[in-house]
Amino acid sequence: MLRKPGALFPSAAGRKRRAGTRSLFQNGSQVEIGSENVLKYIGKRLLAMIPVVLGVTLIVYCIMSLAPGDPARTILGEQATEEQVQALRDEMGLNDPLLVQYVRYVWKLLHGDFGTSYSSRIDVSKEIWSRFPNTIKLALVASLVSVIFALPLGIVAAVKQNTFFDSASMFFAIIGISCPTFWFGLILILVFAVHLKWFPVSGQVDTLKGIILPAVTLGFNSMAAMARVTRSSMLEVIRQDYIRTARAKGVSNRNVILQHAVPNAMIPTVTVIGLRIGGLLAGAVICETVFAWPGIGRLLVQSIMSRNTPVVLGCIIIFSICFSLVNLIVDILYAFIDPRIKSQYQ
Amino acid sequence: MADVLLEVKHVKKYFHTPKGLLHAVDDVSFSIERGKTLGVVGESGCGKSTTGRVVLRLLEPTEGSILMEGQDIAGLSESQMRSKRREMQMIFQDPLASLDPRKTVGQIIEEPLRIHNIISGAKERQNRVLELMETVGLARRYYSTYPHELDGGRRQRIGIARALSMNPKFIVCDEPVSALDVSIQAQILNLLEDLQKQMGLTYMFITHDLSVVHHFSDNIAVMYLGRIIEMAPSDELFAHPTHPYTQALLSAIPVPSLENRRERIILKGEITSPINLPKACRFASRCLYATERCFGEEPELTEIAPGHQVACFRQDKADAKTV
Repeated sequence: MLRKPGALFPSAAGRKRRAGTRSLFQNGSQVEIGSENVLKYIGKRLLAMIPVVLGVTLIVYCIMSLAPGDPARTILGEQATEEQVQALRDEMGLNDPLLVQYVRYVWKLLHGDFGTSYSSRIDVSKEIWSRFPNTIKLALVASLVSVIFALPLGIVAAVKQNTFFDSASMFFAIIGISCPTFWFGLILILVFAVHLKWFPVSGQVDTLKGIILPAVTLGFNSMAAMARVTRSSMLEVIRQDYIRTARAKGVSNRNVILQHAVPNAMIPTVTVIGLRIGGLLAGAVICETVFAWPGIGRLLVQSIMSRNTPVVLGCIIIFSICFSLVNLIVDILYAFIDPRIKSQYQ
Repeated sequence: MADVLLEVKHVKKYFHTPKGLLHAVDDVSFSIERGKTLGVVGESGCGKSTTGRVVLRLLEPTEGSILMEGQDIAGLSESQMRSKRREMQMIFQDPLASLDPRKTVGQIIEEPLRIHNIISGAKERQNRVLELMETVGLARRYYSTYPHELDGGRRQRIGIARALSMNPKFIVCDEPVSALDVSIQAQILNLLEDLQKQMGLTYMFITHDLSVVHHFSDNIAVMYLGRIIEMAPSDELFAHPTHPYTQALLSAIPVPSLENRRERIILKGEITSPINLPKACRFASRCLYATERCFGEEPELTEIAPGHQVACFRQDKADAKTV
């Protein structure tokens, strides 16, 4: 007879254990912590994103409306007559009360309609989707660059605390945190593109060479923050009793660090990585402008300049959804990093 | 002496602090026979835990030698020491803090078997883990739980199973029951005692609980400020405590009786700072019988009866006050 996957007898508990489907026993009865609770939790969090996005749109809508300048005038140009401008304003619904305009916008939004770009007259969603992959690509490569450098740097700095390596890497990290992105990007362009000619001056979406400078520019700042957090959380974990236990077991130094210390030190680091990936998307606004990268960061800047409200709102909505999603992923990751948190998901 | 498993000779452990050199363990020597238990008692901060850690080289000794079956482990290289750890294990005071929160019970007990290549097959390893769990009284169903899901007694059983997994000869028990409820304490102590009988284990039992140590130990060493001030077979020590500090300690054990209450010796003053110690008896400032000599000279351990050593100039005086 086939045994139900959930119905394990105590004696079979060990043998049946598989990665991913870990069963926990409490007071003799089995409690499956995992799929169901976590799914419920994810559902709750996704629903909670709706008010966040609506709040963000309301604020941005108000700011865009209060800002000086007239979209109709921008579209028609300086030569257009007042009548033409007014006619266009009527047509665009700009003469209606702010709240009416906002509700109309949200209503369309709920139907999946992001509106039409004032300048290009094409769908905002189309415009964003054509550029969004570029931003994602840049952000991913940047976060990869920063994580690859930050983790080893932070871990080694902690293990070799108060040595030259420690001071040197933390000095490097301080520089990383203090450098403004636009300045660092320009310096990289100056050194590696203009003088050494190793990389193209502006970003190129399709080549590896073309993405390196923008990604390093974008990731440098985050790398520094991640390295510092990794170091301090490693320092804390290294002093824990269970690290001493591992040494008493006879675990080699290398494995004490890699198998016992690092996994336990990852909670603060993962938090920062998550926040930073969100930040990388936002940071893309400056970096994409410096490197003329055709992503939504640059689109956002251009749209703000031309008072292109639907595009600005579209970009902001995408940014805020990305930010919330990354945060959700981080929270779910906690459960895998620390089993003590997993049991709290209800 | 008979079959000596562990011999510790003139071990010192000093820590550098901003205020000066901290003498955590200062010239401690003792030996433990195979299959016996040495109880180490003293108030907190007297260096008993540090001694336990130095003996296992979880802390490097500043000076001295640690002979395990005649081999000085203080001189072993790091990798030699790692394999030596199979023979010498430790049970820690705080069972939760000393277990990796990311590992399941099974993984925790299994790890030593894996890293020392004691059992190579995963299946056999698992069987051995289940066997160990049974030995220490942990139900098999806890195999894939995490330490935080269990109570203190079970956590400590994990710690014991983990220490046993390598078949050690010698185990340092660093206050293994002080974090547990009294009812659980007895269970764990009985378990440790049974295991000693079954497996011929040798214990160094560190505690501040005198009633525990009396029943559990063959010999008892009393520590004060990094030094052993009195060492004797368990019954001898309780019958004839000679050092004024030992007498004070023993007088503090509660007696469950209305009539035969003994007179408590209340110590006055604070424990002397272990940093930059003067050349004097470390207990002198709190001692009832201290003379000028006690403040100018440090007493050495001397044998006053077979196996009974004391470091005190005024033992004659103190002797009269046998509890």
